[in-house]
Amino acid sequence: MRVLLTGLSTYWGGRLAQELETDDDVDAIIGIDRTPPKVALERTEFVQVADAHSLISRIVEGAQIDTVIDTRLVVDSTVTTPRRAHENNVVGTMNILAACSGADSPVRRFVFKSSALYYGAEQDDPAFFSEEMERPHPPRTRIESDIVEAESLVGDFAQACPNVKVCVLRFANGLGGGLRTSYTRLLRLPAIPAILGFDPRMQFIDEDDIVGLLQHAARSDIEGVYNGAADGVLVLSEIADLLGKPLVPVLPPWGTELAAAALARAGLVIPEETLRHLRFGRGLDNRKLKATGYRLRYTTREAALRMAEALRVEPIKRANQEPYRYEREVEDFLRYSPSVRAKERREPKLQNVARGERRELPAGN
Amino acid sequence: MTPGLDVEQRRDLLPALEPERRVTDWGRSERIEGLLDRTLYDFLYHVWFRCEVEGIENIPSEGGALLVSNHSGALPPDAAMIAKAIMEEHSTPRPLHLTVEHFFKGYPGFSMLVPKIGGVAAHPANAQRLLQDEQQLVLVFPEGRKGTEKLYKDRYRLRRFGRGGFVRTAMRAGVPIVPIALVGAEEAMPVFAQINVLQKLTGLIYAPVSPLVYLPAKFRIRFLEPVPTHEMGEDAHEDRGLVQTVAQDIRADIQEELFDMVGKRESVWFG
Repeated sequence: MRVLLTGLSTYWGGRLAQELETDDDVDAIIGIDRTPPKVALERTEFVQVADAHSLISRIVEGAQIDTVIDTRLVVDSTVTTPRRAHENNVVGTMNILAACSGADSPVRRFVFKSSALYYGAEQDDPAFFSEEMERPHPPRTRIESDIVEAESLVGDFAQACPNVKVCVLRFANGLGGGLRTSYTRLLRLPAIPAILGFDPRMQFIDEDDIVGLLQHAARSDIEGVYNGAADGVLVLSEIADLLGKPLVPVLPPWGTELAAAALARAGLVIPEETLRHLRFGRGLDNRKLKATGYRLRYTTREAALRMAEALRVEPIKRANQEPYRYEREVEDFLRYSPSVRAKERREPKLQNVARGERRELPAGN
Repeated sequence: MTPGLDVEQRRDLLPALEPERRVTDWGRSERIEGLLDRTLYDFLYHVWFRCEVEGIENIPSEGGALLVSNHSGALPPDAAMIAKAIMEEHSTPRPLHLTVEHFFKGYPGFSMLVPKIGGVAAHPANAQRLLQDEQQLVLVFPEGRKGTEKLYKDRYRLRRFGRGGFVRTAMRAGVPIVPIALVGAEEAMPVFAQINVLQKLTGLIYAPVSPLVYLPAKFRIRFLEPVPTHEMGEDAHEDRGLVQTVAQDIRADIQEELFDMVGKRESVWFG
């Protein structure tokens, strides 16, 4: 299996690449992104490239990529400007898809990481969304309409290229100590903000399950759309309890947007799509996914408990941990220089690395 | 609804119960329900309304079933009393899920409370999952808001039964329908008028002029013979004619029972 991983520098991209490195069936992992990776990687090759389709298609062609895993979608409106998010989500997806299509393309498998924001959060939603359902109203926020548009592009691609197996994963909000999303930021606050008079039903997925699921999708031959969510829909007050934090209804039920704008001025940004989620909540039906044989490791409740654990040790851990910095020269030297002893060398070729074994970076790197 | 999976798979793949959880996946809280039951429902059922139940054996002991009842009163006590009747009188007490309007999910306060005490939004997918996959009892008021809006002068005269959606739901889920006739709720909190201006101002579904507390009317709940909609064939729910006919028959049955029960009743307060 020869893998092209887009969005290598996102949290998911990095974690997934690390996971794929331990997989003997994966011969080559090429990661692309606009910015250098944020985690230490062994044999993944990083190519710094924006989503220009001609360049990507040369990489696909040159490296004879058969599996593309697209983790590049921006599903959190606070990470960038709406215009950039649109550029990345819609135009970027279009470019990646263009690079994978064509009669002589080596690509046989395309995995697309999407989000449950596809369904939105509305008053007249069903309690559990299943994959074939559409949202009851057109998207209300820009990030949501981007996601709907990106998914329709992927759907068109799947129809146009029947020889490529396309799998779309709609993930619920992730929980985990390593995650930095606008949502986990809310849950990290000393008290969790809520809308007065609402206790929405919410479903999450553990960070490990997101990575595991992306890997499962790349390795098995499942096709179509799947909801990626843990078992169990909890109410917000229950989640706050599991995290050991008080729930404070700081947002009024009417004029919520105005209050949120005031809070944003004070430094607490709650994006529009999260406000809707805090009001109406969302539940996903994950049975189609479970029927494919994937066993979710954690339920929503367990994911929340793990998050609570991670938050407790975080301040202690952070003190003696230096952030990883990517240095191209060093990485290239370690991979290609004849002076590096074969045992130490991080060759992109498959090595005799036992499953699960992870060699530490040499000191001073 | 999850097409592509058969019924067995859909049942097997339902999330396992976590005993440490305090609310179900539907947002239902046993704690809050129990509290309300001990403080309010118990009193209303036994003392205030002195509920009398007939035909409780028509509720199946296992498997899904759709319960259909008449609906009335400004703050309708009928659903809670039907649920209580099943818990008190049935040989195998079972929880009852009540379908409610989407309005409740959007209104502060209600949005918190209604799911906790067993309310589920009236969405076809919700009813399908509860009835077929989880094999639960679901109560629906086909009159909907029109039932609770109606004035005292129109008491015990059933409104239109929606568009027969409840019959389609039962047929698709393959469960029987149990019609229910309930007498007493119309007098417990009668509605004398509707104030439209007030309704507009508060954004509530209606603003009735009615007593502020329940009057101690005598309640009679009659569970009727189940209608075997599940035996009408796989694709019965697509037959619009059949759906309408069954819906009208059920409405006529409930109406007839209501006239019978009101006729036999000697006093509103003592039965």
